[in-house]
Formats: sequence, C-alpha cells, structure tokens
Amino acid sequence: MISATIVAVLVSMLLALVRAFMGPSFYDRVLAVNMFGTKTVLLIALLGFLSGRPDFLDIALIYALINFISVIAILRYFEYSNRKSSIQET
Amino acid sequence: MEGFWFVLTSVFLISGAFLIFTGAVGVLRFPDFYTRMHASSLTDTMGSGLILTGCLLLADHEWLVMAKLVMIFLFLLLTGPTANHALVKAALHSGLKPKLGAEPS
Amino acid sequence: MRHTLSLILVLATIWVLNSGHYTSLLLSLGFISILFVVYLSHKMDVVDEESQPFQLRATIIFYWIWLLKEILMSNLSVAKHIWLGPNSISPSMKKIKVSQSTDMGKVIYANSITLTPGTVTVDIDGETFLVHALTEETLHQLLQGEMDRRVTQLEKS
Repeated sequence: MISATIVAVLVSMLLALVRAFMGPSFYDRVLAVNMFGTKTVLLIALLGFLSGRPDFLDIALIYALINFISVIAILRYFEYSNRKSSIQET
Repeated sequence: MEGFWFVLTSVFLISGAFLIFTGAVGVLRFPDFYTRMHASSLTDTMGSGLILTGCLLLADHEWLVMAKLVMIFLFLLLTGPTANHALVKAALHSGLKPKLGAEPS
Repeated sequence: MRHTLSLILVLATIWVLNSGHYTSLLLSLGFISILFVVYLSHKMDVVDEESQPFQLRATIIFYWIWLLKEILMSNLSVAKHIWLGPNSISPSMKKIKVSQSTDMGKVIYANSITLTPGTVTVDIDGETFLVHALTEETLHQLLQGEMDRRVTQLEKS
C-alpha cells in the first residue's frame, strides 16, 4: 500500500516535470518546480516508512525548508534582474 | 497491524495519492498560469495532509515521529500560500495577463 | 518580555521534538542555540506581537477547524473541475473590500483565501484585496463574506 502511494507520487512528479519543461512562461516553470519539491518531501517521508527508518523525516523537514527558500530566492532574483533590464532599456 | 487500522491507513494514503495525481493532471490541463496555480494548491493542502495523516497512523505510537509529521504538515500549510502568493504577485506585476471568462481558448 | 519568553518556549519545543537525544551535552548545545537565536531575533527587531500574536482570541482554534472544513470542500470542488476539463471553469478576478482593521487580521484573511484551493489573493492594497478565482461560483461564495466575518471576530479584543 505504501509502494502504491509511492508509485502514484512518482507519476505525478513526472507530470510536474513535463509542465516544467513545457513552460510556456517562466512562472509556470517555477510553479511546477515548487510542486515537484512538495512531492519530494512526501516521497522522502513515505520512503522512510517503507524502509522502516522514520529518521528520514528530518531530511523531509529540511527539504521543505530548502524548497520554500529557493522559490522565494528565485523570485527575488528574477524580480531584480527584470527591473535592472527595464532600467537599461529606458 | 490490525485489519481496521490497515484499512484506515490505506484509505488515507490512496486518497491522498489520488488528490496529488489530480493536482498534477490539473497543472497539465488548465489553460493558463493562474488557473494552474489553483490545481497546484491541491497538492499543497489536502494531498499532503492526507498522505501525512496516513503516515501518522503508520508511525505506531512513536511520539517523536508523530510530532515531526505534524511539524512537516504545519510547515507546508504555512509556506504553501506564501510561496503561491509571491509567485502570483510577481507574475501579475511582470505583466502576465490572466485569461478571464467562461470560454478559455 | 512575554514575547521573548514565548519565543524561547517555542524554540525549546522545536529543539526537543527534533533532536530526540536527551544527553546533557546536546541539551546544553540546544540551550546555546536558543540563546543565539533569541539574540539575533532581538537584533532583527522581530520579537513583537506580530511574530507572537497574543492579542488574537483563543477561539482561533475553532476558526482553524472551520477553515479545515472549507479547505476540504474546495479541494473536492477543484478536483471535480480538473476532471471535468478546462471547459467547466470560468476564471474571474475581482477586487474585494475587507473589514479587518489590523494588519494581523488582513494577513490571516489573505492567507486563508490563498490556502483554500480555487481562490488566490493576488495583491493587497490597503482595504482591498485583488482575488483570482477558478470559477465564478467560488468568487460569489467568497463575496458572501462568511470568512471575512469570522476573521474580523478573531481580532476584536
């Protein structure tokens, strides 16, 4: 039953990757990557229970943290670079 | 594990997996960025909630493991809307226009 | 002062729950980390009623339960629209008035809107939120104002 859930999560991760490659806009890709990260957190937690080692939950917690920080950081970076390029254009 | 708990855990895990799969299908299927955002919040809230509840039942009364699962869930609930709001605000301010109305092309 | 105490309590709980080892060495390391974090937070000037909201009513627990129910319902509705396909949705965007007076109330309301699938707060400008909704019905449901009323009740003290 855990394995079935893991397979379903892996399939949806694949679908999220398809959206990340298709785009079309930059924000679609960030959205897909954010979703991929959330699923990775769940996958790590489930893998921990499958192998009987709930210590994996620490890694899942850290991964959730990194995922959030990285999305915010990417958005900040692109906001900044957009503003800079628009200043150069004018 | 006894029969009743096994069934309950299975129900939580499978319905959570189904919701996550539905969210992924929605992200592929919906016509523009703003509508895809709604599909992705399905994964963030109920999908992860159901799967983590299933794990909570699997944890077998180990309090530290259960506390960590609750912490992961609260963290996802807290960061999900923040990331989504930052994303959608950045998209609107960069000039990405939402498609409105009942007839999406 | 009580904000600092509550911050220390929260940090200590997180440390104890995440470490799982109760030797004197690790507990003293945790103590040092907590003191360091509290020092940093004071330097960043974030230890106030915004990070430790005592002024909210204890009835926020009932609000959370109500919100969980709302999240469940809207999840099912969004899942239904996903399987019905893109022709079943009618994306709409509207500015709505909010009745909260404090920043904390506005943040709770905006976050609750974003947390429920089907509605997203796009922008906040003083007394109005710009909300994007998946269907017109969800937007109408939001305009009924039950969530608004419940959040406003929380902040009166």
